[in-house]
Formats: sequence, structure tokens, C-alpha cells
Amino acid sequence: MNRFFAFVRKEFYHIQRDRRTVLILFGMPLVMVILFGFALTNEIKNAQIAVLDFDHGQHSQRIIDRLLSSGYFRLRQSLTSYRDIEATFRQGHVKLVVVFPPNFTNDYAHDGLAQVQLLADASEQNTAISLTNYATSIIQSYNNEQNPPNAASPLQISVEPRMVFNPDLKGAFVFVPGVMAMVLLLVSALMTSVTIAREKETGTMEVLLVSPLSQLQILFGKVLPYLLLSFLNGCIIIALGIFLLGIPLNGSLLLLLAETLLFIFLSLSLGLLISTIAETQLVAMFASLLLMLMPTIFLSGFIFPIESMPRALQFISQIIPARYFIDIVKGIMIKGVGLGYLWKETLVLVSMSALLMGISLHNLKPRLE
Amino acid sequence: MDKAVITNKLTKKFGDFVATNEITFDVAQGEIFGFLGANGAGKTTAIRMLCGLLKPTSGDARIAGFDVYRQTEQIKQVIGYMSQKFSLYEDLTVRENIRFYGGIYGLNRADLKAKSDQIIEQLNLGSVADKLVASLPLGWKQRLAFSVALVHNPRIVFLDEPTGGVDPITRRQFWDMIYEAADRGTTIFVTTHYMDEAEYCNRVSIMVDGRIKALDTPSGLKRSFGTDSMDGVFQILARGTSTK
Ligand SMILES: Nc1ncnc2c1ncn2[C@@H]1O[C@H](COP(=O)(O)OP(=O)(O)OP(=O)(O)O)[C@@H](O)[C@H]1O
Ligand SMILES: [Mg+2]
Repeated sequence: MNRFFAFVRKEFYHIQRDRRTVLILFGMPLVMVILFGFALTNEIKNAQIAVLDFDHGQHSQRIIDRLLSSGYFRLRQSLTSYRDIEATFRQGHVKLVVVFPPNFTNDYAHDGLAQVQLLADASEQNTAISLTNYATSIIQSYNNEQNPPNAASPLQISVEPRMVFNPDLKGAFVFVPGVMAMVLLLVSALMTSVTIAREKETGTMEVLLVSPLSQLQILFGKVLPYLLLSFLNGCIIIALGIFLLGIPLNGSLLLLLAETLLFIFLSLSLGLLISTIAETQLVAMFASLLLMLMPTIFLSGFIFPIESMPRALQFISQIIPARYFIDIVKGIMIKGVGLGYLWKETLVLVSMSALLMGISLHNLKPRLE
Repeated sequence: MDKAVITNKLTKKFGDFVATNEITFDVAQGEIFGFLGANGAGKTTAIRMLCGLLKPTSGDARIAGFDVYRQTEQIKQVIGYMSQKFSLYEDLTVRENIRFYGGIYGLNRADLKAKSDQIIEQLNLGSVADKLVASLPLGWKQRLAFSVALVHNPRIVFLDEPTGGVDPITRRQFWDMIYEAADRGTTIFVTTHYMDEAEYCNRVSIMVDGRIKALDTPSGLKRSFGTDSMDGVFQILARGTSTK
């Protein structure tokens, strides 16, 4: 066991001495999350909205005009029934639906009290909150103008914001789980395969293999530091997502961490597999980038929604582990579901890990000879 | 078993290419055995088989009595190895390298400390003990690598071109260390391209194209080839094949 720890300590020296690695490790998630923050503020200008106006009165019409001339909103669709709302959100363009009940104008003019409903797409909670806030303040300022100063019983519009659950959760919320999947893959798979290839390249691998360390000890010694680092990184990304971007954590934190570990383990298995094939750092790097990172970025639904891909690519996306991990993270954080709902995705990840780990261990055997 | 290494028709083929061809020799315990040959003669391949890194295609070999096919774990305990490529970690300090290699050979804390201090003192590396190995001159690195290969007091140490690329004085210092280790009873198995170094060995084998063409003491070789230098012996053997 002491031998093993001597080995693990050496790995930490390598990591610590390699400034670039440390920078990539901990800088990347931060940069990505901040970039995402910018993307978010851009999105709020000209957000597309839909209107469901049962009233068709003068006040509802004026409020709609106000909203559209504010610069924040653009009308994408006018709806005719409640049933259209879900379909509209599902398409992913409309972030907010403004609903005027029947008799809105009448109630407002005669009773002095009327109600507006704001339905926002909750899959992008930050956007949703900002948009309902803007809309509310525009409606309230309209209301204030209607009231004569110092009126005894002022007119009131009560705004009722509601978050509507978007079952497909397209858009920005995919981003954080996507970044997480990418960073974990990068750290676990790319870095392990590169460090193993480095030992082969410099010749130190031979010296290790001649030592009494078993091949398994060498491998797990290589893997352990990156497992810890990746896990730390995963936690940082989750924390940034929750505290900086306001993603809710509706499900179990423990389950989320366990699934994160599972995904890290899978990525490490992939890294090991690559390192059994790659003899040089360059090959390891390209193999990792081409075989893993690119497909993860383009086929996991992280940037391009899977539903809008060509059939063939949709099919290929089924073997991209990140796809399942992203679903799991979204499921736990946003939908708040547990293993009862996510067992299928989890099972896929477990089987993939077992398969990859099995192949890499099998591949490794002949190298001893 | 008083032989450190015994081989019998040890052969390695890479596809159709025969890298070492039925080599048979033995090395006595405590001997300094020079393993000579031109580039590509098959020296590294032979060493890698003896260390358990490569599986022989055919033939037998025993290291300290242990079979290279079945007893690789026991062999690992009794050998040290300095590979032809550089075998220290450039991004670790001198002390960290010593502690690492000592650590993976199972030395305990106290031994590690004593060993590091001893090596650093012996090699006069006190002022650079906490500097990265990358910053050391090549000759120092090689001597450190040799000390590290001996950190667990192996019975046999394999040195694959340990002195490549350094000046004669530095090589001389390296050989002083080899003699010290041999005096303590360590068997030295060393490959080299330098003919002056061949003179320092107890016995020398010369490999040409995968075969051992000559094996004797340096003086014996010079006598039987009728020249007065190892260089002459080597020239005759090498020319012999190139004109064939
Ligand atoms: N894994 C391998 N696959 C195929 N051929 C190999 C392999 N390893 C070595 N060879 C070939 O076997 C021959 C002997 O190589 P080896 O490294 O043993 O020579 P060497 O005597 O150590 O030479 P040098 O003095 O250059 O180190 C060379 O022609 C080399 O190209
Ligand atoms: Mg060689």
C-alpha cells in the first residue's frame, strides 16, 4: 500500500508542476460558466414571447403594445387557447406567455382590479425570472399611468407570474450539465491518457514495469489523482451553477454526486482504453479530442438539440455517454426526480463503464510481456 | 545458483525480423559484463527480455535462478534497471525522484530518508537536492539514475547505454560508481558504444545482427583477434559482416 501511495504522490507532483494543466483544470469551468452568464444577458434582449388574449379589449391591447415597444420583447405568436401554451414552450423559442383573462378590460375599468398571468419557461430559470420581472414592471408602470395622482381607491393590476415546466428542458439549462460533462471527460480521459502516454514516451514506463508495482497499481495510481480532481471540479461546477446561475437543485445532492462519480469513472475507463493504444502524448491527445470531446460537444445535445439532428447522427448520439449524463443531471437538478426515473440512464452508464474498463484491462495484459 | 544470468538460445522475433538470434551466455555473480554491439544489434531487445518487459519468442533465460517466463515477479525484486531512455522524472526534484523509486520498491520512511541523504551526499548533490532534475547536467542525471536503480540494493543491475552523450571525464566518474557497486557484490550488466569502457569490463560479449559473435575477457578478445585494442576487435567483427 505504501508503494501505491508513493506512486500517487508522484502523480500529484506532476500535476502540481504542470501549471498549464492546473490552469485548464480549474480555469475552464469558470470561464465557461462566465461566458454562459454573458450569453444569458444577451438572450434577454428581444426575448420572444407569445400572447394569449381572451379579452381583446383596449387595456389588454395597450399593455401588449407597451411590452413590445419596450425593446425587451418580440411577439412570436398570438395564441388562442391554453392548450397551445405547452406546445409553444416545447418548440423552445418562446420564453414567456402573457395571458389576459376574458373581461380583463371590463374588470379593470369597472372593479379597478384585474389580473394578468405571466407564464415563463422554467427550464431557464434565470431568464424566466428576469423576463417576468421586466414584464411585471412594464405592466405596473402602465397601471400607474392610469391612476390619477392621489386617487382614493387606485386601480390595480395583479400580475401572477408562473413558471411553466418545460418537459424537454431545451436551452440554457443544458449548458451547465454539458460543461460539466465536457470538463469531466477532458480532465479524466484526456489527462489520464496523456500522462500514461508520457511515461511510455519518456521511457519511465519501462522502469515502472520493471519495478515490483503491479500493472493494476500503476493504472489505479494514475487514475486516482484525476478521479479526485475531476470530482472536485464537478463539485465546483455544480456550485457555480447553483449559486451563480441560479439553477435549482430540486433533487438529491447525494444522488447527483454519485452520478457524477459514475460519469468520472466512465471517462477514466475511456482514458485508460486510449492509453492502451496510444504510444505518444500527441496520439493520446488527438484520440481523446477526436473520439471523445468532439462527439460530446456536437452529439450530446449540449450545443445542438438531439431532436433536430439528422437521423443518422441521432442514432450515433445514443453511444455518447455525455448524453445520458446530461439527462441525469437535468433530471436531478431541475425535475427533482430520483433513481426511480433515472435508472435507465444510470444503467447505460454503468454498463458502458464496465465494458470500457473490461476492454482496457484486457488490452493491457500483453503489455506486461 | 551462483550465476546471475543464464541464457540458452534466447530469441526474439518481431514478425519475420529476428532481433536477437539464439543468444547463449552466462554472467557470474558480481561480474561486470559488457554487452557490446552496433546500433540495432539487438542489445536493448535482449535486456528487455531479461528484465521481463518482453516475452522471448523462444529459448530460455534465468535471472538469479528465476525463470523469465514464469517468475517475473521474483525477478523484479532482485534487479535494477536503467533504461536506454532517460529513467528519472524531469519535473520532480532530485530528492523526490529518490523517494519515489525507493517508495515503489517498498522502502519504509526511515530507510527512504537515510537512502536519500546517502545518495545526495555521495553524488555531491546537496546544493541541488531540491531542484528539478531537468535543471541538472546530463552527467549528473546519469549518475543519479544509476544510484536510483540501486536504491533497493538489487543483486543484478541492467544498464542500457548509461553513459551516452557525455564527456570522457564524466564517463570515468560513472565507471567509478560501477566499480563501487561491483565491489559490494552487485552484478553489472552494461551495454555501451564506447570501446574504452569495454576495457573496464570483466568480460565482454559482442553482438552483430542479433547474434553473439565473440565473448571473452578484453585481453582474451584482443589476443584471439590479434589486435591491441577493443576498438580493433570491434572493427574486425563489424567489418566482417558489412563485407559479407
Ligand atoms: N518492438 C519492436 N518491433 C519491431 N522491431 C523492433 C522492435 N524493437 C526493436 N526492434 C528492432 O530490433 C532491432 C534491434 O533493436 P535494439 O533496440 O535491440 O538494438 P540495440 O542494439 O539496442 O541498438 P541501439 O544501440 O541503437 O540501442 C532494431 O533493428 C530494431 O529496429
Ligand atoms: Mg539499445
